[in-house]
Amino acid sequence: MKKVIVPIGPYHSLFEEPEYFALYCDGERVVDIEWMAGYNHRGIEKLSESKHWDQVTFLIERICGICSTSHPIAYCNAVEDLAKIEIPERAKYIRSIVGELERLHSHLLWVGLAGHFLGYNTVFMWAWKYREPILDIMEMVTGNRNHYAMMKIGGVRRDIENEDIDIIKKILDELKGKLEMLTGAVLDDPVLAARLKGVGVLTKQDIKDYGAVGPVARASGVDIDVRRDNPHAAYNLVEWKVITCQDGDVFSKAVVRLLECFESIKIIEQSLVRLKKIKGDIAIEVRYIPSGEGIGRYEAPRGECYHYVRSDGTSRPVRHKIRAPSYVNIPTFKASCIGETIADVTIILAGIDPCYCCTERAITVYDADTRKKLFDGKDLMKLSQEKTRKIKKQLGFKEK
Amino acid sequence: MAIDLKTKALKKSLFVFHLSTGSCNNCDIEILDCLTPRFDIERFGMVLVGSVKHADVLLVTGIGTIKNAERIKKLYEQMPKPGFVVAIGACACTGGIFKEGYQMAGPIDKIIPVDVYIPGCPPKPEAMIAGIVKLLEKIK
Repeated sequence: MKKVIVPIGPYHSLFEEPEYFALYCDGERVVDIEWMAGYNHRGIEKLSESKHWDQVTFLIERICGICSTSHPIAYCNAVEDLAKIEIPERAKYIRSIVGELERLHSHLLWVGLAGHFLGYNTVFMWAWKYREPILDIMEMVTGNRNHYAMMKIGGVRRDIENEDIDIIKKILDELKGKLEMLTGAVLDDPVLAARLKGVGVLTKQDIKDYGAVGPVARASGVDIDVRRDNPHAAYNLVEWKVITCQDGDVFSKAVVRLLECFESIKIIEQSLVRLKKIKGDIAIEVRYIPSGEGIGRYEAPRGECYHYVRSDGTSRPVRHKIRAPSYVNIPTFKASCIGETIADVTIILAGIDPCYCCTERAITVYDADTRKKLFDGKDLMKLSQEKTRKIKKQLGFKEK
Repeated sequence: MAIDLKTKALKKSLFVFHLSTGSCNNCDIEILDCLTPRFDIERFGMVLVGSVKHADVLLVTGIGTIKNAERIKKLYEQMPKPGFVVAIGACACTGGIFKEGYQMAGPIDKIIPVDVYIPGCPPKPEAMIAGIVKLLEKIK
């Protein structure tokens, strides 16, 4: 059988980020898919080991621009787990509010992009228009539209004033009506339903095999959510529910994300009411991080975000391991894309809301027995250049 | 004369190509934000194009990683001239927080010539529009 390879990337107009996919096709059908990463790798885990505990929050915020408060919350959870710190109640509510505002803007962003990929630019413009008021709230509360710098070991950095709470409430009330309209328009649209229903189906077993997390797992009927399963911040203090769907196709993923927006608004509204009554500090002072290990988890908009830190009692982490949700969600393409047509693969690739800058890894070659480092990128390049020089010499070219 | 005509046409509608070279995604989203109803740069005749061969302006975000450095050069060579390069965000301008990283190939101006710098982490869409207006003044 003859196979045709359709390359997507690394710089493709479909992607925001540099990324390479090879689709092996037989006619219109995709028979295999390959993914290559590493274009965005910045070496954050290594950089983190050279920074002070407090500085790390600013660095890991810049892992990803969309989940830029999920990583700091997971990291703070990890360090607080290590040092056995309980944060003040006021800080808990503020963490939840900022986290849920981020989820709102991230899900709206996905709905817009999904509409754009399907050729429904109206959805794109609508969703991004309704996303702007959320960014306005963020700018008012944290001082920046993205990269909020709100999280800190032992609490939060900035307080939410009582005067701001009324303005936030007003903006959210206006947003709710618009969101209902958008949700109705997207879910009732016959063309979108025809394009999305039954496309890129992931069964419950697929989710378990690949270990997928977040809205991708919940759309296939796997009921997992770190906010409920591993309570932190104020998630066990307010009323909300986990949204699940049973079908596992791209349409279910859209349903889960759109309905989650309403749950987020519910959490924010309850937190704001409580925040008005609670007095007290927003952070406790942490002077010393003892030696030990800590694990922190947070339900980022894309799924479970996991951080591990190890300390030897100095002012820097010895090891900081990060696992972002897209890292486990991307391999599900093997199950969802194969057998579909090329035209559908686009939306399946976008369906898990992939974030490649969270996912990037680099390769280093180690000796299996001695654990000695053999090669990394620079060494391999040096090796190649040396060979060129050697061949030049053999062929009689002069060294410059 | 030919160049004059080209630059005159350039002023009216800039076609931009967006190139992410190891960014955190945030500048990229703010660039997309410029196209959406609140900012809507299309009213100035600016369009985001899918291929660098159709572009007048290269918007570069993120540090240049070692793996990307060669590709940035190649894409710059493919861009029709006269073309302009805009470095968006702290990473593209100076390296930002990733300056000491082992994967850093240098800020963008060490890899290709840059015409306009827009600092910020991420720069607001207003700042990007102001930067492009300065580029237009430079073309004149």
